[in-house]
Amino acid sequence: MNRFAELLDRLAYEPGRNNKIKLIAAYFRETEDPDRGYALAAMTGALSFRNAKAGMIRALIAERTDPALFALSYDYVGDLSETVALMWTPSPLPPRSGGEGSGVGGVGDSKEPPTPNPSPPLTSFVWGGGAQADLFDIPKPERLLRNDPSPTLAEVVETLSTLGKAQLPAQIARWLDVLDETGRWALLKLVTGSLRIGVSARLAKTAAAALGAKDPDEIEVLWPGLEPPYTELFAWLEGRGDKPVSRDPAPFRPAMLAHAIEDGDLDALDPADFMAEWKWDGIRVQAVAGRDEHGAMVSRLYSRTGEDISKSFPDLLPSLRRPGAIDGELLILREGRVQSFNVLQQRLNRKTVTPKLIQEFPAHLRAYDLLADETGDLREIGFAERRARLERFVAALDDPRIDLSPLVAFATWDELIAARANPGDGGAGDDAEAVEGVMLKRRTAPYVPGRPKGQWWKWKRDPMVVDAVLMYAQRGHGKRSSFYSDYTFGVWNGDDELVPVGKAYFGFTDEELTEIDRFIRRNTVAKFGPVREVTHDADTGLVLEVAFEGLQQSTRHKSGIAMRFPRINRLRWDKPPREADRLETLEKMLNSVIPRRG
Amino acid sequence: MRPEQILVPTPSGLCSKAGGFHIDPTRPVDKALITHGHSDHARAGHGHVLATQETLDIMRLRYGEKFAGSTQAIGYGETLKLGDVTVSYHPAGHVLGSAQIAVERKGLRIVASGDYKDVADPTCAPFELVPCDVFITEATFGLPVFRHHDAEGEIRKLLHSVAVFPERAHLVGAYSLGKAQRVMALLRAAGYDKTIYLHGAMEKITAYYQERGIDLGPVELVKGAKKAELAGTITICPPTAMSDLWSRRFPDPVLAFASGWMRVRARARQRGVTLPLVISDHADWDGLTKTISATGCSEVWVTHGEEEALVHWAHMQGLKAKPLAIVGYGDEEEHEAEIPLPPRSGGEGGEKQE
Repeated sequence: MNRFAELLDRLAYEPGRNNKIKLIAAYFRETEDPDRGYALAAMTGALSFRNAKAGMIRALIAERTDPALFALSYDYVGDLSETVALMWTPSPLPPRSGGEGSGVGGVGDSKEPPTPNPSPPLTSFVWGGGAQADLFDIPKPERLLRNDPSPTLAEVVETLSTLGKAQLPAQIARWLDVLDETGRWALLKLVTGSLRIGVSARLAKTAAAALGAKDPDEIEVLWPGLEPPYTELFAWLEGRGDKPVSRDPAPFRPAMLAHAIEDGDLDALDPADFMAEWKWDGIRVQAVAGRDEHGAMVSRLYSRTGEDISKSFPDLLPSLRRPGAIDGELLILREGRVQSFNVLQQRLNRKTVTPKLIQEFPAHLRAYDLLADETGDLREIGFAERRARLERFVAALDDPRIDLSPLVAFATWDELIAARANPGDGGAGDDAEAVEGVMLKRRTAPYVPGRPKGQWWKWKRDPMVVDAVLMYAQRGHGKRSSFYSDYTFGVWNGDDELVPVGKAYFGFTDEELTEIDRFIRRNTVAKFGPVREVTHDADTGLVLEVAFEGLQQSTRHKSGIAMRFPRINRLRWDKPPREADRLETLEKMLNSVIPRRG
Repeated sequence: MRPEQILVPTPSGLCSKAGGFHIDPTRPVDKALITHGHSDHARAGHGHVLATQETLDIMRLRYGEKFAGSTQAIGYGETLKLGDVTVSYHPAGHVLGSAQIAVERKGLRIVASGDYKDVADPTCAPFELVPCDVFITEATFGLPVFRHHDAEGEIRKLLHSVAVFPERAHLVGAYSLGKAQRVMALLRAAGYDKTIYLHGAMEKITAYYQERGIDLGPVELVKGAKKAELAGTITICPPTAMSDLWSRRFPDPVLAFASGWMRVRARARQRGVTLPLVISDHADWDGLTKTISATGCSEVWVTHGEEEALVHWAHMQGLKAKPLAIVGYGDEEEHEAEIPLPPRSGGEGGEKQE
């Protein structure tokens, strides 16, 4: 556990991607099975402990701290695991061993040789963690040599997966008592399943691949059939074993993603090399069916990230009755019409799927691409050919719940621009409002996991924008925990009062965040716990240009309106609040047929 | 006698009507009692300043000769009658010359502690506990998540990193008054005897510490050094300099930062720090709470920092406690960023406002 904690700690401070890969690869190299496999599982999100939720951690710390002090500390630190790791006072040992009165202890040591001689650390060491450093040769901290009561990673993972719910809190408390601050932090990150150390699953797999000088995509392809602690995988990577074979009849295939199109990108491309289709405003899914070893059909629905979401959409599964894998968009269709994302969301937010829900919100799959069919995997052939096979596949399936996403016809970029600006006339017809933009796909593009360059582009429709006034601000979490980065903004109503219409917490640069944070600290008129009210009258205040993807009526908001996907587009330091937009402008947007501006 | 008859908190600092002075005022006043030389407590432009000799010297170094109309030095333990009150200065253990100011009238004693720490520091006199009725405390690290490591362990971490990365330079961000010199003294105590390099902003204050007999070993300005020579060396600089173009003169620098804030990961990450060193010149949570208890006070006033938590803790101990809404403390670092190089000679408004 200590070595894993040290790895996480270094990764948390290491900004460089390549250095992170080196650190993780070095850890895999130095660490034995099954610890390293569980570490890989932790970094790829393949571990989950149903019993160790944040609520339990809160309950544990509540037994040892004053609730108000905990609340203030949590608000300040912005991260539950870190707060608990720092506040935890081991019992029955004395609360701390360093600190008061120990400040000049070093004076007596001054005759020691200048070479640093790290004694067993009171807390975990964070060696340089420096950028670009080759950190492989760092001697192992001496604490590994002492009699260490702290658990190994495998011990923690295996205990967590077998322990009953009732014994869990006491077990975690015991571990917390024997680990140091970094160890506690890492343990809590692990058991709550939110590492958030700036390492993606892809990065961790890339580091694993580096062990055997393999292409990370090879691991991606194998991944769905593998399970922690991945001893087979490591054996293969180290040249000690055969390549693992996936035995899953309906595996997830890592999704191919698109780059956002930027100004000028089109100029460099030839329209003849591309096909275009609508980008529907639903959720991207992969629908897979295949026969298991007994010949029975297994069908599954996966999210874009590979999460099995079959249970949430039992109404769609019977339609997946031909072996194959469709990449498509999950939508709600009523009487042949695609419903807005707001409607889909009402189904997504439910925990239990009732017959009534299924009837009111019938699931539908609109197909973009075919990754496999009864003949096998199709990902290596070009998109145009896959598309042709998809058309035949969907036709043969002949199911009302699965249809083909139509291509957008265009010969020149101007024609595509026109279709994007007006999808209704461009071929989307009555479903135009559910179009989020267009996708541009190279005819020859194979289906490659991740976001390969130059193959696919997404070109969203222009967002709606309004000028709103900053009203309240709250400190962010994680990296932004000392910055006011969550903003509630409002527009003027008929009585010339500002009414809140939304909240946004991204869209700005780090520099802008610093400026806004300073503005908030200097212009606070009231504090409500973690929330600051910021000056907002006709003449003083900060105007934010807010971009958003849509509006819906809301009874929960005083303004009667809720924004979808709002973000800060620009800071309008130049604009006095009196010139910000009015609620009636938003109401008009809500009612207009084509609400987009751009 | 109510404590407010001795000292009243005002937005611009603590004011004693009976004594005719302010303590650490944030705007120019006729008569100012200054606890220590950090720019958020010691500002230029007062009519008369009473402080320790070191604090007066430091103010002079930072703001120029005419930083105040007139000055008077007072030693630790010395007592002075001002109007209807008696004041005395006591070591605060924060930086060189830092003092707590005890103000007494008719048997009621208030101690304004300024910034303080209760752990030893080779560069300044150790904190003295002054029993009192009302203790005025800072709360910079007034949350139970702030438990500072022992500084020696952090220095070992730095030295180990230097040993592991001999081809890289180590930049240690440290506030130029106090922290920088403490880091140097700790390095010496740990046996590091090579030249320590300095950013220009540290030069005068560091020379002053040396003049006062604090042994910091061989120290050199980094200005003249060639890039290749800086491999394997340690340079102390203001925290803001680490992200400046200035830092490009170093070979692949490891960015360390010596501060109590490094206890919280997000703080270190926000600054791009890769080697956080938890070394603080402020009392940590345990230091604050132990000190408050030890003074035997029945009432606590909290000047700045995370006052809410400390006030809550004091209430739980059955003490009267309140936060003082004084604007402008705790911005030493922000002020530091604004101090030009070399320190401007006239002082910021020192003459104008006189």
